[in-house]
Amino acid sequence: MLTVSPSPHYQTDTNTRKLMCNVLIALIPAFVFSIVVFGVSALISTLTAVISCVFFEFAISKWLFKDEEYSVKDCSAIITGVLLSFNLPNTLPLWMVVIGSLVAIGIAKMSFGGLGCNIFNPALVGRVFLLVSFPADMTTWSKVQDYGTIDGTTGATPLGLIKESIMSGKTLSQIDLPSMQDMFLGNIGGSFGEISVIALVIGGIYLLCTRTITWHIPVSVLGSMFILSGIMFVVNPELNANPLIHICSGGAMLGAIFMATDYSTSPMTSLGKIIFGIGIGVITIIIRKFGAYPEGMSFAILIMNAIVPLINKIKPHRYGAKK
Amino acid sequence: MKTFHIGGIHPKENKLSKGKKIEIAPLPQVVTIPMAQHIGKPANPIVAVGDTVKVGTKIGESSGFVSANIFSSVSGTVEKIDFFPNIAGFKQQMIVIKSDGTDTWEDTIDRTDTIVNNMDFTADEIKAKITEAGIVGMGGATFPLGVKLSPPPGIVIDTLLINGAECEPYLTADHALMLEKAEEICIGVELLKKVLNVSTAKIGIENNKPDAIENMTKTAAKFSGIEVVPLKVKYPQGSEKHLIQALTGREVPSGQLPGSIGCVVSNIATTFAVYEAVEKNKPLFERVVTVTGTALQNPSNLLVRMGTSTADVLAAVGGIPENTAKVISGGPMMGKAIQNLDVPIMKGSSGVLCMTEEEAHRHKESNCIRCGRCVDACPMGLEPYLFYALSKRKMLTELNEHNIRDCFECGSCSFSCPAHKPLLDYIRLGKANVMQMIKKQEAEKAQQQEKK
Ligand code: SF4
Ligand code: SF4
Repeated sequence: MLTVSPSPHYQTDTNTRKLMCNVLIALIPAFVFSIVVFGVSALISTLTAVISCVFFEFAISKWLFKDEEYSVKDCSAIITGVLLSFNLPNTLPLWMVVIGSLVAIGIAKMSFGGLGCNIFNPALVGRVFLLVSFPADMTTWSKVQDYGTIDGTTGATPLGLIKESIMSGKTLSQIDLPSMQDMFLGNIGGSFGEISVIALVIGGIYLLCTRTITWHIPVSVLGSMFILSGIMFVVNPELNANPLIHICSGGAMLGAIFMATDYSTSPMTSLGKIIFGIGIGVITIIIRKFGAYPEGMSFAILIMNAIVPLINKIKPHRYGAKK
Repeated sequence: MKTFHIGGIHPKENKLSKGKKIEIAPLPQVVTIPMAQHIGKPANPIVAVGDTVKVGTKIGESSGFVSANIFSSVSGTVEKIDFFPNIAGFKQQMIVIKSDGTDTWEDTIDRTDTIVNNMDFTADEIKAKITEAGIVGMGGATFPLGVKLSPPPGIVIDTLLINGAECEPYLTADHALMLEKAEEICIGVELLKKVLNVSTAKIGIENNKPDAIENMTKTAAKFSGIEVVPLKVKYPQGSEKHLIQALTGREVPSGQLPGSIGCVVSNIATTFAVYEAVEKNKPLFERVVTVTGTALQNPSNLLVRMGTSTADVLAAVGGIPENTAKVISGGPMMGKAIQNLDVPIMKGSSGVLCMTEEEAHRHKESNCIRCGRCVDACPMGLEPYLFYALSKRKMLTELNEHNIRDCFECGSCSFSCPAHKPLLDYIRLGKANVMQMIKKQEAEKAQQQEKK
């Protein structure tokens, strides 16, 4: 008996799970780095987030959806867990991490129908939920002195410092900002996964090389941030931070490489992706400059997530279209 | 490196029979020759049961403008003229001829190996010979070549393109021809140039065949006005519309034929057949077929007589592997899976591909993750994920508005989907429904006009 089926008779070797695993591999450098810097607390927090995300997805698909195939097998819930924990400060109580995971998976992902149906990036929804519910806990950062030794006092993120000083009427030359080198290597205050630019960029390069993502979103997010903040910096360097500080802090790298590129919540076409990325970059800088929060990546991505269906109305360039 | 502009994919090439010499398949004892080996009307049988025929005897007469003559591929006796299931499973008229084993050819055919380069024919004479020989597009589309060479009034052809891309994975038949029959192919190009009254022709060859590019370039230098252009390796480089874009930068407008922008495309095997028909008086009754598959002992390029059963072809390369689960006529991207091994080789059969159980297994589909890979892959700039959703919901007007009729079923979208969605299956369904809807609307319009 011969099988008869319509063409094509050939399929790519990749699948959803492999793509998700690529993302997880790309997150390893940043993960290792967070453990080096924050010690076991990073490991425990990330594990908590991952286990709760996977559990919630499993529970919902098994007992609410009554699915036979469990969607957790595609590994996307693990990514949500890792990304969520990467966006949290190391001092956050673990029960809050669990609540964040519940919101991320239960509300932002599964209530829309699971992977591919959600509109908003689940990890970001979880994070923003925590941010508005527990603002104090979510903005308390340990000050990193040297790798592995965290003193008990709290340190602010570079962007937090800038915001505070400008609010209190100082100019940038009057405050003590971390050096560029420290920012690159992660010797600054911040969430678990957002602080080392190098580790995140290595992950990003891996994603590009494995064709897991295309360059369009990361480049347009970071490029538009750089250009806009650069213009502001040139106009008034006393009140506006150096553009390099903008793209190297406040989760810009994490957001541009790992969050904004989430398949389900980003546009389909290359042009759409560039528009989406520019939107995120511009909104982030506007929030940082004029908003109440020192950093605006999460909000910017969520706002742009909301208009993805609109962006998807832009058709790709068609062969032989009437000119 | 030249290529088409939008989309495209890089499937694994798997050209197992690359570099193999063209071998002559053993003479079949029986051939089953379909009267419909081309797009258009089937030919009418002009022999009766019991008649004796020679190799190259016309047995089916073209039945209209878009149709083609059919010739016997063995010498022997007509055993049956009846309806048998064709490749798609529909019953179709075929002529069964039992070979007498002598392989006697019609006297008019020049069987020698001497290369003839006689350009004394007029354009009309060449065209008449091509049409008489029953030549159709041998890349798989099987459109009668004579029709392509007779553009409707008002259309001026200024460009002749020869398709040596052979972008389908596994297939190497055209590659083999370019290595062994370069001069004949170039003479074929000259003949086509004369018919179309154009001064230059371009041969596009994908860059994964450097030996073919070299050989063709060397040979083309002996002629004037034949240019060999290396092309980037990207599927579907050999699609007519995409080859035109790669070689000339022009785009065939949506819903129109290449002729509308002055182009005629002929593939390598077809061009070789033109040479044989005009210079050797040999009608189209045999072709080079890639017989291939990962489990096959000896993947080959075989010269096969039309009407030979797939089983006989496979026997010629050591038999069908035991773990074969699917046999495809053509390449893995656009070829058709055949139901049984009785299916005969026809003018458009570029390959016979055996797939093992593992290779034939379709992965289970999962949720669309909206990754946009299908959109990036589509060489027509369409949105396959959207077609899938709309086709499932039978939203025909929307499908039409999103230009589903531009889809030429290349399969790039289904190939690249990480969720393994059978996108093209649903697109075909949607396309058929849209066509039906449009036909109905047109009929209604015509009726209303009549009433007025
Ligand atoms: S099969 Fe149709 S929709 Fe799919 S990639 Fe090819 S042309 Fe595009
Ligand atoms: S390639 Fe598949 S998963 Fe990706 S958008 Fe298209 S249909 Fe969805």
